[in-house]
Amino acid sequence: MNREAAVNWVRQNIPTVLLWVVLLTMPFWMKAVGGYTELATRVVVFGLAAMALNFLLGFTGTLSFGHAAYFGIGAYGVGLTIKYLVPSTAVGMLVGVVSGTLAAALIGALIVRLRGVYFAMVTIAFGQVFYFIAFRWNSVTGGDDGLNGWQRQALKLGWTTLDIQTHDKTFYYFALTCFALSALTMALLLKSPFGRTLVAIRENERRARFLGIDVERHLWLSFVISCAFVSLAGTLYALLNNFTDPRALRWDMSGNFVIMAVLGGMRSFWGPLIGAAIFVVLQDYVSSVTQNWMSVVGLVFVLVVLFFPRGVLGLLRGRGKL
Amino acid sequence: MLQLILFNIFNGLIVGAFYALMALGLSLILNLSGVINFAHGGFLALGAYLAYSLMPFVGFWGALLLAPFLTAAIGLVIERLMIRRLYGRDPLYSLLLTFGLAYILEDVTRFIWGAQSLPYPIPAWLTRPLSTQFFFLTGYRLFMVLLVALAVAALFFILRYTRLGMRIRAGTLDLETVSALGVNVRVLRNLNFGLGIYLAGLAGVLAAGMLGLQPTIGTSLIMPSFVAIIVGGLGSLPGTLVGGLLIGIASGLTTVFFPSASEAVIYVMMGLVLLLRPRGLFGEEGRLQ
Repeated sequence: MNREAAVNWVRQNIPTVLLWVVLLTMPFWMKAVGGYTELATRVVVFGLAAMALNFLLGFTGTLSFGHAAYFGIGAYGVGLTIKYLVPSTAVGMLVGVVSGTLAAALIGALIVRLRGVYFAMVTIAFGQVFYFIAFRWNSVTGGDDGLNGWQRQALKLGWTTLDIQTHDKTFYYFALTCFALSALTMALLLKSPFGRTLVAIRENERRARFLGIDVERHLWLSFVISCAFVSLAGTLYALLNNFTDPRALRWDMSGNFVIMAVLGGMRSFWGPLIGAAIFVVLQDYVSSVTQNWMSVVGLVFVLVVLFFPRGVLGLLRGRGKL
Repeated sequence: MLQLILFNIFNGLIVGAFYALMALGLSLILNLSGVINFAHGGFLALGAYLAYSLMPFVGFWGALLLAPFLTAAIGLVIERLMIRRLYGRDPLYSLLLTFGLAYILEDVTRFIWGAQSLPYPIPAWLTRPLSTQFFFLTGYRLFMVLLVALAVAALFFILRYTRLGMRIRAGTLDLETVSALGVNVRVLRNLNFGLGIYLAGLAGVLAAGMLGLQPTIGTSLIMPSFVAIIVGGLGSLPGTLVGGLLIGIASGLTTVFFPSASEAVIYVMMGLVLLLRPRGLFGEEGRLQ
């Protein structure tokens, strides 16, 4: 009996273990399959963003189409801090995440009473405010040309220094560490009573309300948590490129996050990461072979919605393979 | 100063008229079918470019008449082939689908007509200013405002007095009952979608005359249209109209005093409305949920 339980445990966790083996070794075989280290980092960064969005979308059942705003605030937060205030990666990331989270807390309070399609519409519209601020405030943000003239700095960790500035593999593992910690936090949150409450709200909001759950407060918290992790992903994205521009917080970026989550499978924890990997690699490949990559990406949206609405993992699960 | 303010208010009114025209189409589709048509801006651009290509054959007036209908026809086909399958499902899917369509439409317009902006010729007698003191009052601008007013009046007439309009209004309130009374709901939603796209196409032709042609012409107009719907009130077409004009004028006035905030101001307005009156100025209670 005990042995059976152990075997079951192993069988259930094989996919997760495999996933981590892939993530941990990615920089070493990326070149062999025609990629590059930066592409691997991008997969991890967008994977984090899509999983953070899915915290709200898949587990709370609320569709936000404006998460790029908080992604972008994180990106600009770290860039502006390093450029104008302190040349420190850690401080910059802290500023980025805190400002993204604060913005989400403010806007979240305005919109938690909306539902469904209206919630989506308002999040899209609010996302544009930050886009216009970044776009228009030339003297500080660099406007349409983006924010350059700064670089990620080596991380000083008391006993040693992590040279993430020049070693892109080191930066990959730094990003992966951030990703792992975030994923762990989100997994623990989802397993906690708070997380179960979110799922209860997703499944039947009215019943949850009758049970005495403060639905608005839970939605707000879920929104803020989700945005906090998205802004962390945004800081990593800016650090990866040593650059950020208003496109990081435009509505098409929000749409990309949503399609990543749906493409991978939004009912599963790791699905969005898979979706992000597929999307990032596909976009990288398509934009290198054709100028009309927008049509291809658009076609991906259409095909996913019409034929794979449950995503890759949903498809595999439906056949009992996972 | 007064002239400057008047100029910007008038400018805002014109821009607001575009927002309203876009937002009315979006609202029609949203109210009856629960679909946010993200591709609305793409249809607008398509209308503009179709008019541009038609003009050598049918002239300015012919293009103005035909292009919106052609756009609407394309809209009918797309609704029939794709969007129809998503009614009643999670709004997530229709949003993603129309989002992808927006990408495709923009790319296709760029592929066919090129990425650089093209001039859109309008009859000379329409471009002349009507008075020397108010130089901004060109005939074309006045003509545009009049045409938008006419289109809106026609839309409300259709909704109020024709059988189709009555069915659309009834369907907005209770689609199941309308279906049970023997109305073919599929056809109704199809035609309603076409009507919304017609308005987008018309807005496109008019915008082309003022702003010139660019593949991204629609994307810059769609976000404010969302704001117009929310400010005006969900589920209320007159509200949408007022919302569009209001944010247009607000954005125009801001241009006088603080130009770099002229885009952001409408989102601030939206935030205020959501804070003080979440259902919007003319919204019905209970629509939010």
